Amino acid sequence: MSEPIERYTPEERVNHWFTAIAFVLLTLSGLALFHPSLFWLSHLLGGGTWTRILHPFIGVAMFVSFVGLAWSFWEHNRITRLDRQWLARWRDVVGNREENLPEVGRYNAGQKLLFWVMVGTMLVLLVTGIAIWHPYFAPAAPVALLRSAVLIHSVCSFLLILGIIIHIYAAIWVKGSMRAMTRGQVSRAWAKKHHRAWYRDVGGGAR
Amino acid sequence: MPLQSLDIKDRSATTTASPSIRGGIEVAKLIDISKCIGCRACEAACMEWNDLRDVIGENPGEFASPRGLSDASWTVMEFHEVEPDGRLEWLIRKDGCLHCADPGCLAACPAPGAIVQYANGIVDFHEENCIGCGYCIAGCPFDIPRISPRDAKAYKCTLCSDRVAVGLEPACIKACPTGALVFGSKEDMTQHAGERIADLRDRGYDNAGLYDPDGVGGTHVMYVLQHADRPQLFGLPEDPTISPLVSLWKGIAKPLALLALGMAAVGSFFHYIRVGPNEAAERTEEPEESA
Repeated sequence: MSEPIERYTPEERVNHWFTAIAFVLLTLSGLALFHPSLFWLSHLLGGGTWTRILHPFIGVAMFVSFVGLAWSFWEHNRITRLDRQWLARWRDVVGNREENLPEVGRYNAGQKLLFWVMVGTMLVLLVTGIAIWHPYFAPAAPVALLRSAVLIHSVCSFLLILGIIIHIYAAIWVKGSMRAMTRGQVSRAWAKKHHRAWYRDVGGGAR
Repeated sequence: MPLQSLDIKDRSATTTASPSIRGGIEVAKLIDISKCIGCRACEAACMEWNDLRDVIGENPGEFASPRGLSDASWTVMEFHEVEPDGRLEWLIRKDGCLHCADPGCLAACPAPGAIVQYANGIVDFHEENCIGCGYCIAGCPFDIPRISPRDAKAYKCTLCSDRVAVGLEPACIKACPTGALVFGSKEDMTQHAGERIADLRDRGYDNAGLYDPDGVGGTHVMYVLQHADRPQLFGLPEDPTISPLVSLWKGIAKPLALLALGMAAVGSFFHYIRVGPNEAAERTEEPEESA
């Protein structure tokens, strides 16, 4: 009776998980160099020197992969008037009172916010990361640039990691979401409850 | 190199106490620029003792040779032609690590034990622990460390920590023919500098003084400057400190960021425990209501 709805194509899923794996490696290796208490994480990539060598290459891979995701989802992430209302009622969001929220399209305002945080931080991480990349680019950079770049790189990483922690939790919290990115499908009930306008658009209400 | 494992004052990327049961006196090298003739014996002695051979460069028509510090040139004479009071002066400064009491390189370094500060004040790089990230370059207020193009490790003057550990003076001191370089306890060197400064003032250098900048907690390589009011004439920063960007990055930002990330993860868990999952009831048997 209620066959699932396709939410992500196999290409989009591969793109997402490639980015996600790169993100995890970057987070672990980056935090290893950020705080001495986490230096032990550098062993995951084969020690401190290997961490220094591999981190930038994985970073470039994540950026290129993310460009694919951004390209696919850009149009669906424009912030609208309804999104502002949704954000203003964040108490209902975290309180599981979705009936009090305005209708949501393919993405809710929280997801859109995360999307734009990712677009912004990934761009800045790429630029600052290249500036401090030894031995290829950093030797040419003036010291003042190195100092700004390392700080901005850390701040953007922090924002991105914070965003992704919320992203992962939301996928665990809102049941049925994980399946969208692992198998590409969501149930009709899921679509209707969480993304009613999108559900209508994809023909859910036609039957 | 790590000869003195029992008297380490500070160690990079280390959150617990370093082996520090042995105290000892703080040492210092005093460079009296008014006595330096620019012979470069110190450069040669440094290369010889440390067994370093830099790549042969090109002479662009200036006296400095090599033109600046590198992985294999840990000390270099800088030749400054200046006219501070309408009178030509040739100020020759031996450039190299100043061994700050508050070292920016050590604060920035993410690799445990790659940079250590001995109780005697020497700041030493242990290249076997260096990962080649270059953070020390961002941390240093004096632009001293160099990443080697050969092995991607950071190098700089060791103040001959290996010689000092066994009671010898650094190689550059031993080679200096004019007494422009002297070495001893920081206290003695400060006192000796005072005598030199009094002499220079007698000779008309009213602004002669000691360069031992407070911004980095003082240094263990100090200069007697004829114009201590204008250290930039000698190519030295006027008021060096660890950049506030570096202090923020490797200071308060470190614990705050980890705390915030940890709280986001733990907070999420307790949100789940308190509010529970957000489920869309699957009513497979009932016809769906129209939207």
